[in-house]
Amino acid sequence: MKIMAVCGSGLGSSFMVEMNTKKVLKKLAIDAEVTHADLASATPDQADLFIMTKDLAASSGIPADKLVVLNNIIDINELEAKLVEHFAKQ
Amino acid sequence: MLAKWLTQQTVNVVESVDDWKQAIRLCASPLLENNAITPAYIEAIFQLHETIGPYYVLAPGIAMPHARPEQGVNRLGLSMLLVKKGVKFNSSENDPVYLITLLAANDSSSHVDMLTQLAALFAESKDIETIFKAQDREQVLAVINRY
Repeated sequence: MKIMAVCGSGLGSSFMVEMNTKKVLKKLAIDAEVTHADLASATPDQADLFIMTKDLAASSGIPADKLVVLNNIIDINELEAKLVEHFAKQ
Repeated sequence: MLAKWLTQQTVNVVESVDDWKQAIRLCASPLLENNAITPAYIEAIFQLHETIGPYYVLAPGIAMPHARPEQGVNRLGLSMLLVKKGVKFNSSENDPVYLITLLAANDSSSHVDMLTQLAALFAESKDIETIFKAQDREQVLAVINRY
């Protein structure tokens, strides 16, 4: 599985999300390749799951079933809860 | 580690600002003065914000404006502005913003340690609360110096 964290520039906030995602996946014992990118280069075929803020999600063009939307990208508990919810739907 | 970047010169505290653009300009001014960034970097952040929205508002009260290295970064840099009364960034969930941290990365990897420490600070809600309520630069730096 490939997971892509996305932000406007692809090297600030997306990188923080990538770090937190790796921590959560380790805790959940889920094996995945996690990367980060800017919004312009994040196209639906590039990953199985995309993580981004609510402020970006609307303009991302990523289908809802491949999207985890965060309100607070620092909050690792929100991230974990939303990832668990996402995987439960798969 | 953050104290290497966030210093008497790069951390500022103001009562209020007119709008988010003024907040970013004020936050960036120490990095312009020490030539870490060029004015083009600030314009790049404004342009991206106007195109895709406030992508750098991370959490309630916290913004980390940044653009790409090739958009006007001369060298790695970080600056911080506390706006005591808060400022709207048009973020649906996280307005008003009190703490603005301008990140200038000169390539895609050299800022990793800096971001790791910043993420640790931002995740510590008690310390962030202390910064939000700080009265002056010394009170902000007292927290920063622990990261």
